[in-house]
Amino acid sequence: MLGQLVVSGLAAGSLYGIMALGLILIYKTTHILNFGQGDMVMFATFIAYLLLTLFRWPFPAAVLGAMVAGALLGALVDRGVMRWARNAPVTSLFIATLGVGMILQAVAGWIWGYDTKPFPYALRGRPLFLGDVVLRQHDLLVLVVTVLISLVLFLLFKFTKVGVAMRATSQNRRAAQLMGINVGRIGTLSWALGLGIGALAGCLVAPIVYLDLTSMILVMIKAIAAAVLGGFTSLPGAVVGGLLLGVIENLFGGYMPSAIAPLKTTFVFVLIIVVLVLRPHGLLGERTAGGHG
Amino acid sequence: MRGVLFALLLVGLLAAVPLWAKTYDLYLLSLAAANVIAAVGLALLTGFTGQLSIGNAGFLAIGAYGAALIVKHLGVEFWVAIPLAGLLSGLTGFLLLIPALRLTAIYLAIATLAFGTAVSEALPRWASVTGGYQGMRVPPARFLGLNVQNDVAMFYLALAVTVVMVLLARNLIRSRVGRAFIAIRDKPAAAQACGVSLTRYKALAFFLSALFTGIAGGLYAHVVGYISPSEFGLGKSINLFVMIALGGMASLPGPVLGAVFLTYLPHWLSGIRGLQDVLYGAALIGIVVFMPYGAWGFVRKWTAPDKVARLPRPVRAAAEFVLGRTR
Repeated sequence: MLGQLVVSGLAAGSLYGIMALGLILIYKTTHILNFGQGDMVMFATFIAYLLLTLFRWPFPAAVLGAMVAGALLGALVDRGVMRWARNAPVTSLFIATLGVGMILQAVAGWIWGYDTKPFPYALRGRPLFLGDVVLRQHDLLVLVVTVLISLVLFLLFKFTKVGVAMRATSQNRRAAQLMGINVGRIGTLSWALGLGIGALAGCLVAPIVYLDLTSMILVMIKAIAAAVLGGFTSLPGAVVGGLLLGVIENLFGGYMPSAIAPLKTTFVFVLIIVVLVLRPHGLLGERTAGGHG
Repeated sequence: MRGVLFALLLVGLLAAVPLWAKTYDLYLLSLAAANVIAAVGLALLTGFTGQLSIGNAGFLAIGAYGAALIVKHLGVEFWVAIPLAGLLSGLTGFLLLIPALRLTAIYLAIATLAFGTAVSEALPRWASVTGGYQGMRVPPARFLGLNVQNDVAMFYLALAVTVVMVLLARNLIRSRVGRAFIAIRDKPAAAQACGVSLTRYKALAFFLSALFTGIAGGLYAHVVGYISPSEFGLGKSINLFVMIALGGMASLPGPVLGAVFLTYLPHWLSGIRGLQDVLYGAALIGIVVFMPYGAWGFVRKWTAPDKVARLPRPVRAAAEFVLGRTR
């Protein structure tokens, strides 16, 4: 029972974690909390759906297509909207991302309709049995993808020029600019990267929550919660926060008496408020993170 | 003086509406009244005190369900149930004070988001009390021993509550409390140095915002007569935010205009699904880029004395009369 709850919690939690990675990539370099992430990811996932059903692409190709579409969308949002509002205070920029999200939701409704669509699992083989723990192949894939994404991002930030430029921009925008880094381009790149990863998360979560215009919103809110738990400015923190969130949610649902067990989502969000109060910088975030955003 | 005259004229006009309006018009106006109170409540917190909240639908839900349950189980009158619902919501507002004292800007927004989500996720799952996903019927309001069942009576009740709440907000903003709110928004450190207690006034701001929103929720429940959890999700919080951002959140006419506009917009656009969302979205982006102080800020900018002075003479005379500036 315990092992099963932890394992499926980890699987759900990695999805929150990947989604949170996308949010934090954007937040770190541009200081914009992308509240439209859910809608943007929904849009990219619908592109994967289109590629799968209409063009009959194989699953990996469709996911790749969605990631490219997500990246393009991210770059477009940055160049087309955020660039125009760069003089507005940071706190009102998130309102603009909400606006983009609303427009995308309406457009997706016009293109794909308003009913819920089934989205195929990446792997549909027999579940694996590890002792008395059952693990679906899809969950295994999700865990592997999480590890891979973390590794790729780690290598990107550690060893590539672009990665170092991104880190520099997030630490001190003006100094980075003075060192010859094209801060605007780094911002666009972060948006593209953030939504590319978001699209991947969308394609992996869609089989579980099904695909409709709003199904990604709750996933996004939980990703925000995961990001808060991890410290909001820390990429490893996002993954750790996501995993922790998934496990806590599952354990609460599994062990609490049946009267209050359905309140697991409420419990998670109350927990987030408590974390924000006690440790605004989360588990792995920088100390300054909670103060003056 | 002129402001009072205009306000009296407006209220008088509104009070005369039932003479010619259809039932549906009255229903929409009552709905707008509830939204106005909620928007003013959010403006007090976000516009005047500078505390970002995208979880106010949580207070709206507490007010609505609170009023419905109070009337259902205690059978009290409208004018008892509504303040009680507001008070219930206001006390919950104190809960958010704890994060609010430590967090600013986007982190506070996340905390309020977490609160709103916690409430909207709890509602359908606490089915024994709230009726679950199906929602619950709200018993008709009782006023002076009578059941309020026609829309005209409901409209007058809604109008009365709204007038009282807006007046309350107006006097509050112009008082010591309002000035403390604005000081906290503009420069918290300087405000504190001048003797404004951040703890006390932030607590008051959260309490008042939750109180206003809770009363709006109670009114909403009575106007619509039926409430369900899906109406109080993140979408509603954002809707409230759009109202004050669109109208101009650091003013009183701003949220009022925004709330009325956003109540009517869906009914004007009901023909084309999704068009409303596109317009909302475009409006949000447009506001951030072009009109940071909302529609009312825009009006104020273009009716500033130097702008008016440049108008042709007859227009200027009319404008100065309306704006109450005579030389």
